[in-house]
Amino acid sequence: MGQPETAPRSATGEMPHAGVFEPWNDPAESPLIRFRNVTKRFGEFTAIDDLTLDIYEREFFALLGPSGCGKTTMMRMLAGFEAPTEGVIELSGQDIAPIPPNKRAVNMMFQSYALFPHLSVWENIAFGLRRDRMPKRDLEARVEEMLRLTRLDQFARRKPHQISGGQRQRVALARSLAKAPKLLLLDEPLGALDKKLRQDTQFELMDIQEKTGTTFVIVTHDQEEAMTVASRVAVMDNGRIIQADTPARIYESPSSVYVADFIGDVNIIQGRATPDGDEAYRVDWAQGQTPLTASSATRFEPGQACHLAIRPEKVTISSDRPADAANAVQGKVHDIAYLGNLSTYHVELPGGVIIKAQTANTRRLSRRSYTWEDTVWLSWTATAGVLLAG
Amino acid sequence: MMRRFLLIATPYAWLLALFLVPFAIVLKISLSDVALARPPYVPQFSWEEGIGAFLSQLDLENFVFLTQDDLYWKAYLSSLRIAVMSTVLTLLVGYPVAYAMARAPQEWRPTLMMLVILPFWTSFLIRVYAWMGILSNEGYLNQFLLGIGAISEPLTILNTQVAVYIGIVYTYLPFMILPIYSALDRLDGSLIEAAEDLGCSRAQAFWLVTIPLSRPGIIAGCFLVFIPVLGEFVIPSLLGGSGTLMIGKVLWEEFFNNRDWPVASAVAVILLLILIVPIILFQRNQQKQAEAEQ
Repeated sequence: MGQPETAPRSATGEMPHAGVFEPWNDPAESPLIRFRNVTKRFGEFTAIDDLTLDIYEREFFALLGPSGCGKTTMMRMLAGFEAPTEGVIELSGQDIAPIPPNKRAVNMMFQSYALFPHLSVWENIAFGLRRDRMPKRDLEARVEEMLRLTRLDQFARRKPHQISGGQRQRVALARSLAKAPKLLLLDEPLGALDKKLRQDTQFELMDIQEKTGTTFVIVTHDQEEAMTVASRVAVMDNGRIIQADTPARIYESPSSVYVADFIGDVNIIQGRATPDGDEAYRVDWAQGQTPLTASSATRFEPGQACHLAIRPEKVTISSDRPADAANAVQGKVHDIAYLGNLSTYHVELPGGVIIKAQTANTRRLSRRSYTWEDTVWLSWTATAGVLLAG
Repeated sequence: MMRRFLLIATPYAWLLALFLVPFAIVLKISLSDVALARPPYVPQFSWEEGIGAFLSQLDLENFVFLTQDDLYWKAYLSSLRIAVMSTVLTLLVGYPVAYAMARAPQEWRPTLMMLVILPFWTSFLIRVYAWMGILSNEGYLNQFLLGIGAISEPLTILNTQVAVYIGIVYTYLPFMILPIYSALDRLDGSLIEAAEDLGCSRAQAFWLVTIPLSRPGIIAGCFLVFIPVLGEFVIPSLLGGSGTLMIGKVLWEEFFNNRDWPVASAVAVILLLILIVPIILFQRNQQKQAEAEQ
């Protein structure tokens, strides 16, 4: 797969050019999808718990969470296969509860792809258009357009079992896009593909989403995938949305330890906060150790229990104590994880706490500065970490 | 090498001993003349004269006879009609049952499957006799219908074609249900959801997805019913009375009542030739299905 022709969004999930795509910050925008206090119960089990969420037109919205967190249930409610127990789901301002799945301007790409095995690729893509009684010529033109969009022209006459997994994935996408839905739901769309193909396909998906201007809601448990493709990510757990924000803000300013821990790698230091100037706090984290300093816009009461979350790549490792560092702790290298481009040092502090520090391997490995059992200093700035209540 | 040879040879040996040899004997009898003897025919073939002599004086008079008396071709046609009709009826009853089984909760399915197979635990003959008890003029069905006042006179069902159809559909239903159930059971539920998602109503999704994908099961079930019903003898003779003409019954009468073994054998040979077509079609269906599943 080649790179998309239009500029892809940067890794932070925002458009690189001037007109920043942030309809959720624009009070004039009205959302395409509205979950209002939606609860879904299956018998005793609560799959979705009093959930409120707005999704805007042209968004690429990712629902991210461990299995059983309710993300698939949300998607199935949007498709019409489940109805909310309580609350209202609106699509373009209209309550969709009474509308059956075949009457919704919503299409879904299934995790298993659900291609009809008795129909050819061409007929699979035409299936939805036929149900709309589209005139023959328009139908043929539309199917050809979809085949071109997904680069499947040569495989039109084949049956699903005669093509590869990646091609099947594209047939499923073409079929669900053919009816030009207002909203496209993607249930783990890349789950069955190997890693390399998955990365290519992520860009392909973003490209197609931009070309067609369709609103995409994607369900995934792969945080990297969510970060790559989505304009906003909702991190879910136990039927609730813990945080819904841009990938950059989810990563840099997680609102809870759960989110910080779920997205990427993180060090969590438990301690007690004491206010120390404007938005600055002193964190007492271990007996007989110098308190750490951290800044936080959220208020903490004196002596309140807190968690300091620091990403490993924001921790600097050095053999001498850095002179100007806001936070510096001494420890012993306990383990080294070599990832090729990066090395992660697991440093054990006195008292047993292990802090991970990540450095880029800009030098050859034979000239590594630190090795096992070395005594090293770890340091980070006051703004590197995020102070969280829980 | 030896093991492989044995493995391949075993089914062929089985086929040779239990199908080809008996068939050769029947074919031989069908080319003989009837006689008041024991066995009641004069063999045309003997090992001393050899195959050449046998072929040079080949006597097809028994087969010619089948075309002269209209009883035989009428019986063949009537058997075909009854077999086709009962296959259709069995499909109409069996498909909904198989569909309901495939959609039943997972934990019920073994029980439902058991219930379908359960009749095989009793003798087939006893079950057909039980139907005589149900369908006769003083039978349970008429007593029940008279009791609830639905009818004022007992219905004559036994010894009609209706009784034959009831008996056949009842007996062969499991052969229809099981292959259809197995096809429907393998059907991925998300395909139906995908069809609905793309604009199908429930009924359209059923016609456009469920039926085509269960077609191999339907075809297998139809052949499994059609092929044995064509030569069915017990059900028409016990439930159908004298009015029901089927080739299986004709064959029985030729063999045991008329003691005309050569004509009976000729009837059997023709029946087998008629069955070869559906059997080949059935095999092709099974093979195609196996290929599609890879």
